[in-house]
Amino acid sequence: MGAFVLALVVDPTTAFAQEETPTLDTGDTAWMLTSTALVLLMTIPGLAMFYGGMVRKKNVLAMVMQVFSVCCLMTVLWMVAGYSLAFGEGGAYVGDLSKAMLSGLTLDSLSGTIPESLFMVFQMTFAIITPALIVGAFADRMKFSAMLLFTGAWMLAIYAPITHWVWGGGFLGEAGVLDFAGGTVVHINAGIAGLVACIVVGKRNGYGTEPMAPHNLTLSIIGASLLWVGWFGFNAGSAVAANGTAAMAMTVTQIATAAAALSWMFIEWMHRGKPSVLGIVSGAVAGLVAITPASGFVDPSGALYIGIASGAACYWAAVVLKNAMGYDDSLDVFGVHGIGGIVGALLTGVFAVEAIGGTPGLLEGNPDQVWTQAYGILATIIYCAVGSFIILKVVDVLVGLRVSEEVERDGLDLALHGEIVQ
Amino acid sequence: MKLVMAIIKPFKLDEVREALTDFGIQGLTVSEVKGFGRQKGQTEIYRGAEYSVSFLPKVKIEVVVNDDQVDQTVESIQKTAGTGKIGDGKIFVLDVASAVRIRTGETNSDAL
Repeated sequence: MGAFVLALVVDPTTAFAQEETPTLDTGDTAWMLTSTALVLLMTIPGLAMFYGGMVRKKNVLAMVMQVFSVCCLMTVLWMVAGYSLAFGEGGAYVGDLSKAMLSGLTLDSLSGTIPESLFMVFQMTFAIITPALIVGAFADRMKFSAMLLFTGAWMLAIYAPITHWVWGGGFLGEAGVLDFAGGTVVHINAGIAGLVACIVVGKRNGYGTEPMAPHNLTLSIIGASLLWVGWFGFNAGSAVAANGTAAMAMTVTQIATAAAALSWMFIEWMHRGKPSVLGIVSGAVAGLVAITPASGFVDPSGALYIGIASGAACYWAAVVLKNAMGYDDSLDVFGVHGIGGIVGALLTGVFAVEAIGGTPGLLEGNPDQVWTQAYGILATIIYCAVGSFIILKVVDVLVGLRVSEEVERDGLDLALHGEIVQ
Repeated sequence: MKLVMAIIKPFKLDEVREALTDFGIQGLTVSEVKGFGRQKGQTEIYRGAEYSVSFLPKVKIEVVVNDDQVDQTVESIQKTAGTGKIGDGKIFVLDVASAVRIRTGETNSDAL
C-alpha cells in the first residue's frame, strides 16, 4: 500500500485537504472485491496444495488442515482485534482497540474510495496468509493445538503491530520505508518466524538420513500456479484502486516471477544436472515474494533484475545455506519468503522509479532509500524473531510444541486427525 | 500343481499376459511391487536434498498351472519378459498343495 493510502485510512480528509472528501468509486471497489477473492485463493487452496504436495503422504492431511484452520482462525481474530490493532489510529508502534469487533464499521463507511469493510476484509486475507506461510517450517512434527495457539497469538502480537508500523500510520511508514504489498509485513515476517520456529521445535527425526521426498509434486505445481495468479490480487490489489499503478504492479509481478523461475531453473540445471518441477515452482514463488514490496515502485526492467536476483538468492538459501547451517526449515519458509523478502525489500530501494511510485531509488540518485529499506528490514527481523521465540516458549509450557516420536514416525494424519489418504 | 511366480519389468506385462493366454492359461494374479537385484537404483533430488532410491518398480505375476504346463509357462515368460538388460527379473516355481474354485467347490486341476 503506497504511503498516501495510510493517510486515507487514518483520516480520509487530511490527504485531500483542499479537495472534496473521497467518495465510493465503483471501479476501485469492483477490483478490490476481486483482489480479495484472489488473495484468499492463494491460501485456500493455493498454499494448502503447494505445501501439501511437498510433504510425505502420511502428513498431507495434517498440512492442509493446518493451512485451512489458520484461515478460519485468523478470520475471527482479525475481526475481533487484529484489524483494530493494525489499522486503528493508535500510536507509532501499534493501533488501538477502537475498531475491535469491527465496531463503527457500517455499510457506508469508506476507506479512501472503497468501503471500509472491503479494505478490512482485503487486509484480512493478508493476515490469513502470513501465519499460514509459517507452518511449512515446522511441517511433520508440530502439535495441532500448539500450532493454533502459536499462529493465533503471533498474528495479534507480531503481525498486527508490524502491519501498523508499515501501513497503519506507524514509524516505518513515516520513515519512508517502501513496502507496497508486504515484503516486510508478510514475507520477512513469516520467514523469520519460520526460521525461529523450526530451530525451537527441532529437526524432524531422521532428517538427513531418511527419505523425505515430496509425495505429490502435481499438487505442488497446481498450488504454485494458484499462488501466482492469486498474487495479482496481492500486488495489484495493494494499489487499492483500479488504475495505472495496479496495472503496472500486475505487469512487474508477472515479469519478476517468470524471471525468477527461469533463474532458479537454469541454476539448478547447471548445478545439479536437471531442471526440476520443485525447482521451477520454488523459483517462481521466490520471484513473487521479492517483487511484493517493489510492485508499486519499480518498472519492468527493475522487475526483471529483481526476479533474476531473487531466483538465485533463494536457490542459494534453500539449497546451500540450509544444508550448511543444518536447520530443518522443512518447506523453506525462510529460504524463500525470508531471503526473498529481504532481497526484494533491499532491491526496492535500488530500483524504485519516482515516476512510478513517487519515490526515487538508488539508480535515480537516491542511495539513502536503500538504508531506509534496511532499517525497515532490521526492525521487522528483530521484533519478529524475539516475539516469535517468546510466544513459542509460552506455548511449549502450555501444551508442548512437538508431537511424540511415535506419532511423528507413524504420521500426523492418523494420530492427530483420525484420517488418512489411501 | 505349481505356482509360477515371475518378477518382471512393468512395461512387459501385456506381452507376457498375451503369450500366456495364447496357450491356454485361464487366469493369473498381478501385483505392483518394488525390488532390486543387480539393477542399480536412481537418484532423486529435491531442493538440493539427494535421495538414492534403491527399490525399483516391478510387476509380480503369479499363475498356478498343472505340472505338465510348467515348462511351457516358464519358457513363455522368459521369452517375452526379457530385454537382455540387467533388471529383467526372475521366475520362481513353487509347489501348490491344493486349489479350490470358490464358486463351484471344484478342486485341484478342476479349479485351475
